[in-house]
Amino acid sequence: MLNCKQATRRMSEAEDRPLDLGERLELGLHLAMCQGCRNYRRHLRVLRTACRGYREQLLGGEAGEAARSEPPSGR
Amino acid sequence: MSYHRAHPRPAREPAIVTAAIIDDAFVSQVRRDMLAFAQLQLRDAALAEDAVQEALTAALTGGRDFAGRSALKTWVFGILRHKIVDLIRQQARTTPISAFGGDDDDLDQAFDTLFRENAHWQPAHRPAQWLDPEASLQEKHFWSVFDACLTHLPKNTARVFMMREFLELDTAEVCAAAGISTSNCHVILHRARSALRGCLEKSWFVAGERPC
Repeated sequence: MLNCKQATRRMSEAEDRPLDLGERLELGLHLAMCQGCRNYRRHLRVLRTACRGYREQLLGGEAGEAARSEPPSGR
Repeated sequence: MSYHRAHPRPAREPAIVTAAIIDDAFVSQVRRDMLAFAQLQLRDAALAEDAVQEALTAALTGGRDFAGRSALKTWVFGILRHKIVDLIRQQARTTPISAFGGDDDDLDQAFDTLFRENAHWQPAHRPAQWLDPEASLQEKHFWSVFDACLTHLPKNTARVFMMREFLELDTAEVCAAAGISTSNCHVILHRARSALRGCLEKSWFVAGERPC
């Protein structure tokens, strides 16, 4: 049974490598019962979208204003 | 700002507009943006300056044609990306990146305080619900906060995290460039995400309700 600290680590790893079935089940079970970790997972998605948005702004043709008005969707 | 100042726009837009898009103002803007980025990742002004200068020179003297400003920026960024990874790889050979020690331990200690003894969230630190994050990404001030949060990351954490999320290397490439094990790579990436998440929550998404 995962605790919250382990669950955050696993959610981070899920951003970097595919989790195996057992890992996904354990995480799913924890998330089903834990609103805090469900929020954490959403925040990781926002973070990734923000990183992409940052890059889009850097590469935008019009000083980033175009990218700013259209944040890219998640990976 | 007109980017045709130095070179008047021809009557018909040709397919190749390199001369028209490269004026001094545009080049210095690209330089400024790329320098800020390289500095944020490398945390070394001289290294960042060299990397950006080389990337710009390569792009502008390579005899290539660009179909627009964004295409030129993307090209410069592509070269800069390789240079940054090379620099990190070179430095990792002489000064190995450690997953632990120094500022990184401080981040871990701060992370530990979010949890109770049983490793479940302290009620006061449980991740809150962020209200409409998509709207935040369109606010200029959000990006200042985001930038400040990135700046607060310790050097090695920032280098590794930004290789993964900004240079979009896969984890194996990131670990290889940093010269660290996959496991240490995951430790550092998790540390960076947790620190950024906490920073954004505290500095921006403060209005959300905490779950019980």
